[in-house]
Amino acid sequence: MFLFVVRRLFFAVLLLLAVSVVTYLLFSALPVDPAALTCGKNCKPDIIAANRIRLGYDKSIVEQYWLFLKGIFVGRDYGMGQAAFSCPAPSFGYSFAQHECVTTLIGRTFPVTAYLSIGAFIMWMIIGVGSGAIAALNKGKWQDRLANAFTAVGVSLPTFYVGLLVLFSVVIWLGILPFPDYVSPLEDPIKFLNAMILPWLTLAILSAASYTRLTRNGMLEAMNEDFVRLGVAKGLSRSVVLRKYVMRAAMVPIVTIAGLDFASLLGGAIITESVFSLPGMGKLAIRSVVESDLPVLVGTTLVSAVFIVLANVIVDIMYGVLDPRVRVK
Amino acid sequence: MSSQKPVLIVENLSVSFATPDGIVHAVNDLSFVLHEGETLGIVGESGSGKSVTAASLMRLNNSVTATSTGRVVVAGVDVLSASEADVRRLRGSEIAMVFQDPMSALNPYYTVGYQIAEAYEVHHPEASKAQVNAKVLEMMTKVGIPNPAQRADEYPHQFSGGMRQRIVIAIALVNDPKILIADEPTTALDVTVQAQILDLMLALQVENGMAILLITHDLGVIAEVARDVLVMYAGRVVEKADVEDLFEIPTHPYSWGLLGAVASLEVSSRGHLRTIEGTPPSLLNLPSGCAFHPRCSFASENGSRCTTETPLLVQKGPKHSFSACHLPVERIVEIGQKVGN
Repeated sequence: MFLFVVRRLFFAVLLLLAVSVVTYLLFSALPVDPAALTCGKNCKPDIIAANRIRLGYDKSIVEQYWLFLKGIFVGRDYGMGQAAFSCPAPSFGYSFAQHECVTTLIGRTFPVTAYLSIGAFIMWMIIGVGSGAIAALNKGKWQDRLANAFTAVGVSLPTFYVGLLVLFSVVIWLGILPFPDYVSPLEDPIKFLNAMILPWLTLAILSAASYTRLTRNGMLEAMNEDFVRLGVAKGLSRSVVLRKYVMRAAMVPIVTIAGLDFASLLGGAIITESVFSLPGMGKLAIRSVVESDLPVLVGTTLVSAVFIVLANVIVDIMYGVLDPRVRVK
Repeated sequence: MSSQKPVLIVENLSVSFATPDGIVHAVNDLSFVLHEGETLGIVGESGSGKSVTAASLMRLNNSVTATSTGRVVVAGVDVLSASEADVRRLRGSEIAMVFQDPMSALNPYYTVGYQIAEAYEVHHPEASKAQVNAKVLEMMTKVGIPNPAQRADEYPHQFSGGMRQRIVIAIALVNDPKILIADEPTTALDVTVQAQILDLMLALQVENGMAILLITHDLGVIAEVARDVLVMYAGRVVEKADVEDLFEIPTHPYSWGLLGAVASLEVSSRGHLRTIEGTPPSLLNLPSGCAFHPRCSFASENGSRCTTETPLLVQKGPKHSFSACHLPVERIVEIGQKVGN
């Protein structure tokens, strides 16, 4: 098991290295001159040239990538003399549009995305698995049909639509909540909840739908298994059979997909953050695209990739824990 | 036979399922009695209602789609009408089951030791951890699993098919049930393992004195193990006989077909295996009268009676066999003697 984890982690690091190369090359290939974007429209050529040297864009692409990679581990210093500044490790570069180190920007926006992801995750797991279980236990009855309708609506509506619908109905039409205005939970927990409840709900509605389907189908499939019948034939109570036999079998794919979904959310919920104007990583990514802010773009992409690769490793390990048949000796 | 105590009484059991295509009549008007220590075989083709019968005896059929009528009495309790709690008390303690496919009958997420312990604990909540562990090892030894202490901590996928079936038997017998339902217990196993499993079940039957209801399509297994046999066709019993009588003078055209279809080393049939013409009827839409008449080569001897009137199960012939057939007794005995051996 230990060896298995070490091997997985080793390959995960290799994969991330490959992702960083591809990302860096891809974004560097964009027809944008980063140095020209460092100062406004009326920039003088000599300032652009100075900035190019200062930020390292005068070097070859291989050298640039090497400096970028090195920066992640040891930090990076820019410029010389009076104009010198540095981005400490782990450094993903310097944003010339926002005039800050990329790591600082990500560090500031990531907690927002993390709060959003964790809250939404808890909500959608409760709603999705709960409604799926209710549907499976009442197969063919109105509860099942309601869950089915919910699934169909949930998987077919786009995020921006649900987000705006929730925003419009709760804030503007019903007036129950004020317009979301993000505040750190450390500052004012009540205001924080007020701002987060709608984005949580939006993401939960959208993601719960597929979990409803997954849970329902998984449970119904398990209920037809011989070993579930043997559980009943042993004289076990219904609740024990449901928990140890039916749910146990249905849980494996749910955990797998939940891990991956959660990780991709941690990389930034771009649309939800935009609709509810949450200063998260998704919004940072969008802004960097609009402003052609390459270092930020590369940084956010890499951070998202780290989460997804890590989640894959964790899910693989979880899979072994949950299903003895795939456990490696 | 009559001196022994009946442990299972089935009276007029009918089971039907509601499906999108209509109502499937899986079991029709089935009655039999199983006595203490007795072995009763139920034989029939796929779709003859054998497995549904087995499941009904423990009320394991889907409660939403299945409708059961009649009575199934175990330890004085009517399984079909009793409360869920009462039936649960019977399951595993009075009446237990061995399933057809050992590959899918065990929960893949728990160790086999845990699964045996679970079956014991549910009916012995007062047992201490040490007692439960001792019981698990005792059962695993009893069913012939080497290194029980070590293997109890392994998962089902680490066992072979025959070993898994031994575990299933250990689970079934952990509470010393009076009735063991064996639903095709050897069908999914290799031929060499089949005999081992049957021998094990019979040895444990001698030890525990339990009654076995053996459900199979394999006449060879029936001949080896059972004392009385019910032959089922399309959800009905068509013949009920002592196992020797069944092989000596079978009294139903369907039984003649089944016995004729048994491959034997002695009879040379020029490489051809004999079969029963036609296919089993759809349980959605049973033939009128005797359900076997479309496949029966003797149906024409009775005029139109076979297509209009369902034959009753009555005693026919010199032996104590019961048969549901319209043919006259003399004719049945005449053909039966030719088919039997």
